[in-house]
Amino acid sequence: MSEIVLETRDIVRDYHIGGGLFRQGRTVHAVKGVSFKLEKGKTLAIVGESGCGKSTLARMITMIDAPTAGELFIDGEKVDILRQGLTPELRRKVQIVFQNPYGSLNPRQKIGDVLMEPLIINSNIPVGERRERAMQMLKKVGLAPEHFNRYPHMFSGGQRQRIAIARALMLNPRLLVLDEPVSALDLSVQAQVLNLLADLQDEFGLTFVFISHDLSVVRYIADEVMVMYFGEAVEYGTRDEVFSNPRHDYTKTLFAATPRADVESIRARLARKAA
Amino acid sequence: MSLLEIENLTVEFDTAGGKLRAVDGISLSVEEGEVLAVVGESGSGKSVSMLAVMGLLPWTATVTADRMAFQGRDILNLSPAERRRIVGKDIAMIFQEPIASLNPCFTVGFQIEETLRQHTDLDRAARHRRAIELLKSVGIPEPEDRLGAFPHQMSGGQCQRVMIAIALACGPKLLIADEPTTALDVTIQKQILDLLMDLQAKTGMGMILITHDMGVVAETADRVVVQYMGRKMEEADVLSLFEAPKSAYTRALLSALPENAVGDRLPTVSDFALDDTPYTGART
Repeated sequence: MSEIVLETRDIVRDYHIGGGLFRQGRTVHAVKGVSFKLEKGKTLAIVGESGCGKSTLARMITMIDAPTAGELFIDGEKVDILRQGLTPELRRKVQIVFQNPYGSLNPRQKIGDVLMEPLIINSNIPVGERRERAMQMLKKVGLAPEHFNRYPHMFSGGQRQRIAIARALMLNPRLLVLDEPVSALDLSVQAQVLNLLADLQDEFGLTFVFISHDLSVVRYIADEVMVMYFGEAVEYGTRDEVFSNPRHDYTKTLFAATPRADVESIRARLARKAA
Repeated sequence: MSLLEIENLTVEFDTAGGKLRAVDGISLSVEEGEVLAVVGESGSGKSVSMLAVMGLLPWTATVTADRMAFQGRDILNLSPAERRRIVGKDIAMIFQEPIASLNPCFTVGFQIEETLRQHTDLDRAARHRRAIELLKSVGIPEPEDRLGAFPHQMSGGQCQRVMIAIALACGPKLLIADEPTTALDVTIQKQILDLLMDLQAKTGMGMILITHDMGVVAETADRVVVQYMGRKMEEADVLSLFEAPKSAYTRALLSALPENAVGDRLPTVSDFALDDTPYTGART
């Protein structure tokens, strides 16, 4: 049995929307008690529509937000950022890649500086070695050394997402949270980025939490799948269990809504139309 | 006679670095009651060619074509006033970002009735009734109340329904939908596509669906044009495109679909040797 990298127990997050002179405050229950365990080197996919709490869950896992209730364990250790704060060591363990590669890179920062900044903040590696590591990482994600001194606007969307992935990997994290990493990309670029992620997972033994709404991508990349609906995990199991035998109604709706691109379903549709 | 005929359309943009050819000799046609999908990656010129049809390109663009005709009538050299009479009435367009394409300062009712005021001679009360009717037909509950709502009070899916209502207000002959569901969730995408197909079947209008999603193509189109780098790579009916794609690029696109993955890595477009000459077979 391999080690458990990430575990949550009944994790909850509420947001309080402040009241004012004319309006009562109210509480939004964004995540209502989600529990899961994730082993090293595996990929957990979290699926759900917008507003179902999947990004809030990601924020708690990456320790951007503290959970309102429940427990979060990283590498078997309990994490409580409200009481103990966030140590550089913890920050190093978990990194995140965001959905929009156009918004997540500073337009005035050169790519080399983007990659070296995590090292400046979280470690005391000397400048020569920082440079060295950034160069190596550039090559690893399929970019070239001459890209080191360029600005983000000189890159395409797929290249920018590679840069965002490279930045997340600079600190050798254990766990990488990917918040819709390919939904802003074209089909062929999406394939390249997915391949890159698979290569990196093999090489570094990374654990992925992969947030997506695209079921065909999830089916391709995930070991385990969790379907969220209104803040609750309505379905959680291995990929084959969930895809072959969805139990919750919402999962079934989701599967039915996903467009199918095989020849039989096209034929069936054309027959329906002719009738 | 086809509803829309385009022959050898070329669009060039003046940029600081010289001329940029975004669309390079595209020919296509749409019949009445037909759904044509235009597929391609970003930068393949699929949106630009449709914006050229609508006359919505900025002044830096130069549009040339051997022929661009709507219902047999030339639309390449129309005066702006003549074009405004056609666009929005006979040719309507739906854009990708529903929330961004509605005006946040006006109620949705105002924006629907605005189109009717421009293109029909209905009086105020009739416009109001027609707006309610339209909202009902695109599946918005309590249409009488929702007419007074502002775009920010509605969800993305509902805003897209309002956009469809505006596009359909004057009963267009041709509807151009530019990535109508890209910004939406799968379940909402399904609803919107079902709605569009339903309305298309009911009204018998021609439809051009611009998308990069092969799944959407498979679910909706009759005929497909595949575009790459501003050129047409392939044109085929939907079944033969998925069964036996002719061009190398289409084959590459289809095999990059995650559900077609063989083994644990996906083939990418660069794995395929793309022949530089795009497919130019004439339609029979």
